[in-house]
Amino acid sequence: MSARLPILRAPAADPESDADLKINEPVLAEWLIAFLRDEVVERRGFEKAIVGISGGVDSSLTAFLCARALGPEHVIGVRMPYRTSSPDSLAHAQLVADVLGIECRTVDISPAVDGYLATQPDADARRKGNVMARIRMIVLFDLSAALGALPVGTGNKTERLFGYFTWHADDSPPVNPLGDLFKTQVWSLARYMGVPEAIVNKPASADLIVGQTDEDDFGISYARADRILFYLLRGFTVDRLVEMGFPSSDVMLVKSKLDSTHWKRHMPTTAMLSTTSINDYYLRPVDY
Amino acid sequence: MAIEVAAAQIRPKKADYDRNLAAVGDVMEQLSHDQPAADLLVLPETVLSGYFLEGGVREVARPAKQVFEDLLRTYRNRVREPGAVLDVAVGFYELADGQYYNSGLYATLTSDGTDAEDARIVHVHRKFFLPTYGVFDEKRFVSRGRTVQAFDTRLGRTAILICEDAWHSVTGTLAALQGAQIILVLSASPGREFGGKSIGNLERWDVLLKGIAEEHGVFVVYAGLIGFEGGKGFTGSSRVVDPWGRTLVRGPVTEPCIVRAQAHLDDVAVARAATPLLADLDAALRDVAAHFEMLARPPADTRRPHER
Repeated sequence: MSARLPILRAPAADPESDADLKINEPVLAEWLIAFLRDEVVERRGFEKAIVGISGGVDSSLTAFLCARALGPEHVIGVRMPYRTSSPDSLAHAQLVADVLGIECRTVDISPAVDGYLATQPDADARRKGNVMARIRMIVLFDLSAALGALPVGTGNKTERLFGYFTWHADDSPPVNPLGDLFKTQVWSLARYMGVPEAIVNKPASADLIVGQTDEDDFGISYARADRILFYLLRGFTVDRLVEMGFPSSDVMLVKSKLDSTHWKRHMPTTAMLSTTSINDYYLRPVDY
Repeated sequence: MAIEVAAAQIRPKKADYDRNLAAVGDVMEQLSHDQPAADLLVLPETVLSGYFLEGGVREVARPAKQVFEDLLRTYRNRVREPGAVLDVAVGFYELADGQYYNSGLYATLTSDGTDAEDARIVHVHRKFFLPTYGVFDEKRFVSRGRTVQAFDTRLGRTAILICEDAWHSVTGTLAALQGAQIILVLSASPGREFGGKSIGNLERWDVLLKGIAEEHGVFVVYAGLIGFEGGKGFTGSSRVVDPWGRTLVRGPVTEPCIVRAQAHLDDVAVARAATPLLADLDAALRDVAAHFEMLARPPADTRRPHER
């Protein structure tokens, strides 16, 4: 027998690998800065942006990107605590404002939220959370009108795909730099942009309920959810993902969240009655 | 023969034909003060309107003749030096024979005082491959061009490809087989995928443009749109690639600019002599065509008679 040849085998799929979610942070940061300059200033004619800063990584990163794109003097951060909000959230939001040197306003939403909820004594935690999110959007858009600053959204791709937001609240700002980035990619970009470690490293939380964390709410880690979402969106089947080594229960959990929330990623359903139905037949892009 | 090539990347204002025409005029005027004088200016796909128009195509589409006349008037307003001549290739939404197209116009423009006969439309290329997947929806709004045609200009035999046209290697092949020595690629390429060394679509363009140039021994001039439209940002990177596949000059991703290079058309023969792939293809063309002919035959009707 002649000399044995080396066999070079392609590596098997690794469900623990982050390789497919890797981002080129410097290139991506410059792209999103260009996006904000173009969409906020050139296309919409605003000099200033207003960002609701919760103290979490998404809104902090958004504020960092806005400050780089527009200059810190053209970015207004708004803290909108409710009386049960974590003190850490408030402190971290202030930290972002201090590090960036942006104007920071604070609007306590407790009176507005409690004023309404007083009429709804049976409201559960979910309803209360939605009311808080919607009041925050009222504040953000009202301050936008008062200050001539365009609201910039902070939602990431994972929460959009999970429907983990309040419809027509967190998702309503007209411009959003992070909406096509998975949460783990947001963390990566945030570190690159210099968002303080205390903010990047803390467990993500909507902070609508005391002690709440996103991953507890989901029942799966962001790291695993993002990988599963990545492949599902590319068209991989559930069977293929299980074959790759993802636990079936995790894949089904992610898929069910994805499949049950398509409606949240769309405008309201309108009865189509004509051949000029808006967005069915009459099609014009947002910036036309 | 050496020609002075320029490609400009600018950020059009959505659906504002007059303003975008004026922006093209700015480029022409700037170039007229730059030495050596440019012979050819290449501008991106849909530079006169922006790319994502959806149903708005029908509001901004213009006949090629009107675009030519507007370009000529603009040129003559901006470039006062008698005897000036500039060839331009410009992307626009075209209205022709009751249909809309995503087109590229090649025209020769002359300043006042030059023989008016020299100013003319040389060629109109209608996009042959219309992307209709993912973020793209072209077949819904424009009709498909039916030809890839090389054409003679005062500068040399040329062809135009528009964006996805160039993603199919067969278009560059058709152009080169018809004698094109310069291939102009007008593009509006939205940036996507940020996990690699550069943006994903740009990595693809790097391979494609180099591939076209070095396979066929042609100059490739690429003009890429810039600016964001509804969150989709175009990746610029206009460039000139020589017949060996070397990028002579390259623009940035997001910023406006004009890239310039000298294209020695003598290099085409030198490159082709060193690597005569085009000649090899030409020699085997009958067999290649036979394969295509076979592949393009309608499928046999396998239904049984009673099903017909």
